[in-house]
Amino acid sequence: MEITTLHYLVVAAALFIVGTIGVLTRRNVVIILMSIELILNAVNLNLVAFSRLYGLHGQVFSIFVITDAAAEAAVGLGILIAFFRNKETVNADEIDLLKF
Amino acid sequence: MNPVATPFFFYGLSAIAVLSAIAVIMRRNPVHSAIALIFTLLSLAGLYLMLYAPFVAGVQIILYVGGIVVLFLFVIMLINIDRMQREYQFNKQWLVGLLAAAVLGALFVAVYVKGQSIFPHNAVRFPEESNTQQVGKMLYVDYLLPFEIASLLLLVAIVGAVVMAKKRI
Amino acid sequence: MTTIENMSDFLNYLNSNLTPGQAGAYLWVVIYILIIFAAVSVAVIAMNWLERKILAHMQVRLGPMRVGPHGLLQPFADALKLLLKEDIIPTGADKLVFWMAPVVVVITAFTTYIVIPFGPTHAVTDMNIGILFMLGVASLGTLGIIMAGWASNSHYPLLGSLRSSAQMVSYEVAMGMAIVSAVLMTSLSGTGLYGIGPGGGEALGTLSMIEIVKAQANQHVWFIFKFFPLGFAAFGIFAIAMVAETNRAPFDLPEAESELTAGFHTEYSGFRWSLFFLAEYAAMIAVSAIAVTLWLGGWLRPFPHWLSGDAWDMAFSFFPALTFFILAGMTFRTTIRMPKQSYFKIQKAGLGVFGLVLGGIGLVLLVPPVRDRIQDIYWFTIKVAAFMYLYIWYRGTFPRYRFDQLMKLGWKFMIPAGIAVLIVTALVGVL
Repeated sequence: MEITTLHYLVVAAALFIVGTIGVLTRRNVVIILMSIELILNAVNLNLVAFSRLYGLHGQVFSIFVITDAAAEAAVGLGILIAFFRNKETVNADEIDLLKF
Repeated sequence: MNPVATPFFFYGLSAIAVLSAIAVIMRRNPVHSAIALIFTLLSLAGLYLMLYAPFVAGVQIILYVGGIVVLFLFVIMLINIDRMQREYQFNKQWLVGLLAAAVLGALFVAVYVKGQSIFPHNAVRFPEESNTQQVGKMLYVDYLLPFEIASLLLLVAIVGAVVMAKKRI
Repeated sequence: MTTIENMSDFLNYLNSNLTPGQAGAYLWVVIYILIIFAAVSVAVIAMNWLERKILAHMQVRLGPMRVGPHGLLQPFADALKLLLKEDIIPTGADKLVFWMAPVVVVITAFTTYIVIPFGPTHAVTDMNIGILFMLGVASLGTLGIIMAGWASNSHYPLLGSLRSSAQMVSYEVAMGMAIVSAVLMTSLSGTGLYGIGPGGGEALGTLSMIEIVKAQANQHVWFIFKFFPLGFAAFGIFAIAMVAETNRAPFDLPEAESELTAGFHTEYSGFRWSLFFLAEYAAMIAVSAIAVTLWLGGWLRPFPHWLSGDAWDMAFSFFPALTFFILAGMTFRTTIRMPKQSYFKIQKAGLGVFGLVLGGIGLVLLVPPVRDRIQDIYWFTIKVAAFMYLYIWYRGTFPRYRFDQLMKLGWKFMIPAGIAVLIVTALVGVL
């Protein structure tokens, strides 16, 4: 069976759903951040799959998405380290203070 | 160059991607989740290669697997506590989360079934030999302003991460 | 479908001028991969012996002398010992990750060999993003080291692996800057040292390894000498960064025995340790291959343009055989000078046989068909071998960098220098 663009979109949708479940249901903040990376990768796959039909703009945009994901992961993990130093936990349910 | 055994590679790589993604959200040990994330990202790089996007595949391997996952592993090693691993891993609203994801899935299915006729079928348009040159030209000619803004964003992210992770400012 | 048809189809590939990946000849791809695997294993074994002997001679001692004539069988004895050792896994170690770490390091070290060009058609495949692929897969080795340190469940390996991976990540940036400035030079079209000569091919910037060497051939100059001293500065930055990238002296604090009790591979014994060792040497050869391809002209013989013509080609084509004859001569001289006691007879005989084998290889390389084909591979290998000797020389000469000195060198000197070289190269290239 020929592999059409729809096949790639289905894979991207599956990754997106798995990432969403991870963000909504896990308590460990590091795993939540990793699930966000999964969502971003699903979006990238969509962009690159469509760029085969419509031009290289999709690939350029996906490079920007990867760059943004790197910046966001760095800042998110920095926040997590700063919080961990104060409260010794990475449980999302226990991160409930507005001020220490 | 003719692609060979495309369905085999596609189904294999997609299966690895989705199964590793499920392992990312299901494992108790965050290091195992990070390793499963590595497998997902590498199989996605393979899928990009199949979509005639070698530059994006190369960038994915260097930046995502060689940079972001290494950052994750460093942080996991810094803040790894056994107490966290022995607790229950899923929070109180797991049922609502699953329901929301199921509704999202149904939405995707509806969109894909109804919208299949809108975009053109698979048209392979680009030779692979000059992909990097064309992407580079597009980055520097059409998308120069977003390129510069992205570099500024990275600078802000670096400064922010360093300031937040320092012990004493 | 007869076997004769398949066989001639199979051998037909040898007449085409393409790499196996381009020609679609998949069986030849497998054969090339097996040849590369065997060659790298032989190279690692030879490196082990050479390192111990050369380091010893630099330190005015003799090195291994007992296990074979002049210690030639020492690597095999080491390999046998490592294979027969007990496989210890520390308690509390994560078994899956402990198993996976050496596997990851070895796989990433060997995957980079797919795009290394031993000749204009002698690469397994010529990817469009060749150098980007090599850089990316080399950065995957860091993951294996982090996994090794974490899975050992002990603080020395953890510290060693964190230090080692921080060092590798820092020097990858400097390597990237140097590589970009070399790739930039491929997009120029003038010939000669400063790009103002006549002729030259089309100006097409490329990331493909084979095309980079062809660009050096078109511009009639190795990139190390182009825009002198800029090419040399970029080469210097890469040469230092690649030593730091492979955790070798003088940047080997994370794995030095006197510092951290062997760093991230402390808890690994036997075969697993030998996998780390194999991966380290394979990575050394791979990054040396990058340096040779980007700056030293890959498979080109010295002066392909100045000293061109059939006579010079013929003269340079005797070099492979000459190298082996010199090696055979040195072996015979050592054989004659071995001690005269009776129990040295078997070692003397063994060394003599080894000398005869080397001489035989030299004679085979004198045969004209072989002589024409072996040129590219020989020049590439000789240049990579020079880099291996440099690695051993560094280890014997320099004191070790302390870790904060190492990181300061990487971030505060290498990266700004790399960016400066890149900017100046771009300016000079445009003008």
